Amino acid sequence: MAAPIRVDLQLIADMVEPGTRALDVGCGDGALLAHLMNAKRVDARGMELSQAGVNACVANGLSVIQGDADTDLRDYPDAAFDYVILSQTLQATREPRRVLEQMLRVGKHAIVSFPNFAHWQVRLRLVFGGRMPETASLPYKWYDTPNIHLCSIDDFRALCRTMGVRIERAIVLNSTSRRINLPPLLANLIGEQAVFLLRRD
Amino acid sequence: MLDDLTDAERKALAQCRHAILGADRPLRLDCGVDLGPYRVAYQTYGMLNADKSNAVLVCHPLTCDQFVADRHPVTGKDGWWESLIGAGKVLDPARYFIICINVLGHCMGTTGPQGHDPSTGRPWNLRFPVVTIGDMVRAQAALLDHLGIPDLFCVIGGSMGGMQVLEWAATYPKRVFSAVPIACAAHHSAQNIAFHEVGRQAIMADPEWKGGDYRLHQTNPARGLAVARMTAHITYLSEQALQRKFGRALQNRDALGFGFDADFQVESYLRHQGSTFVDRFDANSYLYITRAMDYFDLAGAHGDVLANAFKGTTTRFCLMSFTSDWLFPTRESRAVVHALNAAAANVSFVEVDSDKGHDAFLLDEPEMFRTLSGFLKGAATVRGLGSVS
Repeated sequence: MAAPIRVDLQLIADMVEPGTRALDVGCGDGALLAHLMNAKRVDARGMELSQAGVNACVANGLSVIQGDADTDLRDYPDAAFDYVILSQTLQATREPRRVLEQMLRVGKHAIVSFPNFAHWQVRLRLVFGGRMPETASLPYKWYDTPNIHLCSIDDFRALCRTMGVRIERAIVLNSTSRRINLPPLLANLIGEQAVFLLRRD
Repeated sequence: MLDDLTDAERKALAQCRHAILGADRPLRLDCGVDLGPYRVAYQTYGMLNADKSNAVLVCHPLTCDQFVADRHPVTGKDGWWESLIGAGKVLDPARYFIICINVLGHCMGTTGPQGHDPSTGRPWNLRFPVVTIGDMVRAQAALLDHLGIPDLFCVIGGSMGGMQVLEWAATYPKRVFSAVPIACAAHHSAQNIAFHEVGRQAIMADPEWKGGDYRLHQTNPARGLAVARMTAHITYLSEQALQRKFGRALQNRDALGFGFDADFQVESYLRHQGSTFVDRFDANSYLYITRAMDYFDLAGAHGDVLANAFKGTTTRFCLMSFTSDWLFPTRESRAVVHALNAAAANVSFVEVDSDKGHDAFLLDEPEMFRTLSGFLKGAATVRGLGSVS
């Protein structure tokens, strides 16, 4: 039996068809990889920036290499995977648009999750607190955050439109990790994070 | 083919198995020479299972040999990878059929320059054809054919052994279920060739080498071979390891001797390394094996595109390097990883933090063992080898 995983990782796993090939970029401790392998028979590989994370994953029998989303996706051939996954990492890349392009080149689909910078708590903290927002999904001080390219859900949708990327599914979660079904304007206010399933058009 | 053995070969062959191959179908070497018959000495641990799915080939580095996990017949020392292989270890003979083959051109029982040319009956010496890593691997594959082993659950090796692993994966992808090249590279660098050349020149400068015919003249180029070993040994260690082990500590004295005895412990250590090496290694063999490493260039053999060597591979790879290894630095392993990614291969890569230099792969490195154990566990599950105890 597969152990339960974080809600957003479960949502990503639900988007992946069984028996396919997937690359998890920024796979961390390998929780999603292990779940995809064990629960869905996915040929799952990982890339992780921290060497300690990589070593732990490989010691657990996962196929993981040390690598950087910004620079190392270009090694892979076109359509090498059915899915390329980037969870909670896009906002920490140097060139998010380039990373997305590479993901959609290497994968037939891309799955991206990220924190919504237009969440009402973020807005309140900045507008009325006058300080850089710190929330559950954005827990860092301005001077030590790895997040250098934060965006809102609407920003992300706009980028997809610009890039001509088709959004196959979009799931928005509130601050208690519950799915919400609201019109885009409200979703961009109430949603704390979002998961997108994308495909090249 | 068992006449005129050296003492070391006689002792080695008494303690391991061997096969005579290539009598009917000689081995076509990369240099164009057909070699046959030739002898291959090998050691095994554990049993081949009924469906022949548990064979693990261990490829040995330059100066080690097939006695990977038992007492060495010449030196009396423990096997060189006993930290990894044995009961309850990562590679347990209760679970795997482990085979280690003395490479072609070596001096522990497999045909090499110290043997005799079957066509003339004369000693080979420098008339032995120059062999390559590819030739070594083809000879290993011929032995596996002879033993009726269709494919390998895993091919594993470090340094020159790692080169053989890469060659195996590139040449016989269908016969290699998983591959573990450790502390190696897809080609020998200019710096590494340079160090080897210093070693070879030391041997050839020894007046007792006699153009390679030292056995005929009953001489022994031991001093040249010892210097070659001393040079090479420095490249196996890191600066930190040398500093930690010896620093500038003096050997059995309180003050500098103002002469050229081994004042420093590091000198004494190197001299010891050199003098013990000549008891177990053949000078001509050293020339041939270092040459084989120098010639290794996997990309060169595949249109200068390393990824082509692994096109369409289904082998599962696990590469490892060590932070303080300057002989085969991490960037060399990473280049192989990039090529494997370009071939969309299943690959894991771990850089182990160690200050022990290139030699780290032979030492007690828990992170290396954890990595290997996890990788093999995953591979065994996919292979259907049953759960790991």
